[in-house]
Amino acid sequence: MIRVSRLLKASLRYGAVILFCLFSASPFIWMLITMFKQDRDLYRSANNPFLFNEPPTLAHLDLLFKHTNFPIFLWNSVVVGVLVVLITLAISIPAAYSLARLVGRWGERAGIGIFLVYLVPPTLLFIPMSRVVVSLGLSNSIWSLVVVYPTFTIPFSTWLLMGFFKSIPRDLEEAARVDGYSRLASFVKVILPLSISGVVAVIAFTFTLTLHEFVYALAFITTSTQRTISVGVPTELVRGDVFYWQSLMAAAAIVAIPVGLVYNVFLDRLVAGFTMGAVKG
Amino acid sequence: MNATVTAKKQWTKGFRFWSDREDLLGPLFLLPAVVYIIALVGIPFVIALAYSVTDVTVGNTSLDFVGLQNFQAILKTPQFKQGLGNSIMFTLVSQVIIIVLANILAIILSADFRGKWFARFLIMLPWATPITLGTIGWLWLLDSKFSPIDWVFRYLHLLGEPGALLGAQKNLFYLARLELARASIIMIYVWRMLPLAAVILMAGLTSIPQDLLDQADVDGASFWRTLFQIKLPLILPIMSIALLFSLIFTVGDMAVVYTLTRGGPVYYTQILPTWAFYKGIESGALAEGAATALFLFPVLLAVAILVLRFSRRTEVT
Repeated sequence: MIRVSRLLKASLRYGAVILFCLFSASPFIWMLITMFKQDRDLYRSANNPFLFNEPPTLAHLDLLFKHTNFPIFLWNSVVVGVLVVLITLAISIPAAYSLARLVGRWGERAGIGIFLVYLVPPTLLFIPMSRVVVSLGLSNSIWSLVVVYPTFTIPFSTWLLMGFFKSIPRDLEEAARVDGYSRLASFVKVILPLSISGVVAVIAFTFTLTLHEFVYALAFITTSTQRTISVGVPTELVRGDVFYWQSLMAAAAIVAIPVGLVYNVFLDRLVAGFTMGAVKG
Repeated sequence: MNATVTAKKQWTKGFRFWSDREDLLGPLFLLPAVVYIIALVGIPFVIALAYSVTDVTVGNTSLDFVGLQNFQAILKTPQFKQGLGNSIMFTLVSQVIIIVLANILAIILSADFRGKWFARFLIMLPWATPITLGTIGWLWLLDSKFSPIDWVFRYLHLLGEPGALLGAQKNLFYLARLELARASIIMIYVWRMLPLAAVILMAGLTSIPQDLLDQADVDGASFWRTLFQIKLPLILPIMSIALLFSLIFTVGDMAVVYTLTRGGPVYYTQILPTWAFYKGIESGALAEGAATALFLFPVLLAVAILVLRFSRRTEVT
C-alpha cells in the first residue's frame, strides 16, 4: 500500500515536471525543429509539424549569416555588452565595497535605494532619455546604448557585489592591515582576488541584461546596421508580411540557448541577489 | 634632483594618508555610481515629470507649462483608456496565475529527483533568454495558418471538422481574435515571469529550518497542513518580494505586445508602454508620451513601498 502511494507520488511529480518543462521549453523546441525545415515541408499544414517530412536543410542558416544583417546585430550586441560590462565593473565594484564595508550603518539603506533604481522600468524613462541621447549627439548609434545601459546594470551589479563582499570575513582585511597594507591596498590585493567568482557572475548577468534590453534600443536606433539582437531580429528579419520563419527561428535559438546555459550556471547567485538577503542560505 | 625625491616621498605619504582614511575612501568609492545614476536616471526622471506638464513636442522643444492638460487630453482618447485597462488587466491576471503556479513549481523543484538540473535549465529558459526572441518563438507557435497547436487540435479532432469542440474552421487565429490575443499575451507574461518567481520561492522554501518540518512530521501533520500552516506563512515575505519583481517587470514591459500584436487587432491589446512609445517616439508628441508613461508610476511606487515594508516587518517578528 505504502509502495503504491510512493509510486503514485513519484509519477505525479514527474508528470508535473514534464508539463512545466514542456510549457517553458515549447517555443525553443519549436525553434530548433523549424530552423532546419525545408519550405515545402514547413508550409504544408497537413504535415506533422513536429517531424521532418522532408530531409533537414542548413539553407536557412546560410541565408541568415550571409544575406541578412544578423551577423552585424550579433557583433553590435557583443560590442555593447563588453563595453557596458567594463563600465559597470569599474563603477560598481568600488561602490559595492564602499556600501558593504566603508560607509557604515547607512550603507545597507543606500544599497536598497540603489537596487530600487534597477526596478525603474525603461518604459518610464525612454522618452526623456531619447532627448538626452539626441543632445549628447549619440542618436542612431550603438554608443547611445553603451552610455545608457549602465543605468540599470550598475544598480543591479552593485547590489549583487555588495552581498558578495559582505560574505567575506572582516578578519581577512584586518590581518592585511596588520601586515602593513593600507585600507585601499587591503581591498585591491586581498579582497578583490577572493571575489573573482562573484565578479564572474556579475559579468555574466550584466552581459545578459544588455542582451535582453529592448525599449531603449528600439527608441534610440533606427539605422539597421546599428541595431542589436533584441531589436534587430524581430524588426529587421520580418519584411512586411514576409516572414523568413526558419532563419528567424535560427536567429532566436542561436542566441537564446547559450544564454540560457550561462544563466543556469550562475543562477544561485542571482537568486541570492533577488531575495535581497532575506533568505540566509 | 633632491626636490623631486622629496616631492615623490610627499606624494607617497599623501597617497598613503588618504588610502587609509575610511571616511574619505567610502564616499569616494561611491561617488561615480551616484553621479551616474543622478545624471542618467534622476535627471531624465525630472525631465519626464517636466514634459508631462508642458506642451513640448519634437518639433517645438520649448517648455510651456500647461498644468494637467496632457493628462486630461490623454484620458479622453480611446487608445489610452484601452491601454490603461489592458495594462491593469494583463498584469493582475498574470500575477494571480504566476503566484499559484510558482508555488506549485517551487514545491516540486525543491524535492530531489533525477534530471533536476536539466528540468531547471528548461524551466529557466524563458527568463534567461531575451524576451523578444522568446516572443518570436510564440509568434510562430500561434501563427494563424501553420500553428502546431492548431495541428494538435486537428489531430485530436477538436478542430477543423463539423461539430468539433473548438469549431469547424481550420485554425483558431490566436492573434487576430480579441479574447485569444489578450489571453496569448497574458500567457506569455506568465511563461516569462514564472521561472523567476519560482526560483525565488524555492530559495524561501529551502531556508525553512528542517527541524521545524521534522517536528511537524513527528506531530503527525499532513502534507496540506504543513504546507498551509508552516511553509506558506514562513515564505510569505519572500513571496511578496517575488510578486513585486514579477509585477514591476510585467507592468514595465513593452517587448511582448510590441513583438506579438503591435497592439492589434485594431488597438485592443495596446498597453500603456506601447501607446507611450507610439505617441512619444513615433509621433513625436513628447509631452503626451511622457504623461502616458508616467501614469502608473504613483501606483507602482505605492505597491513597492508597501511590499518592502511588509517583507521587512515580517522578517523582524
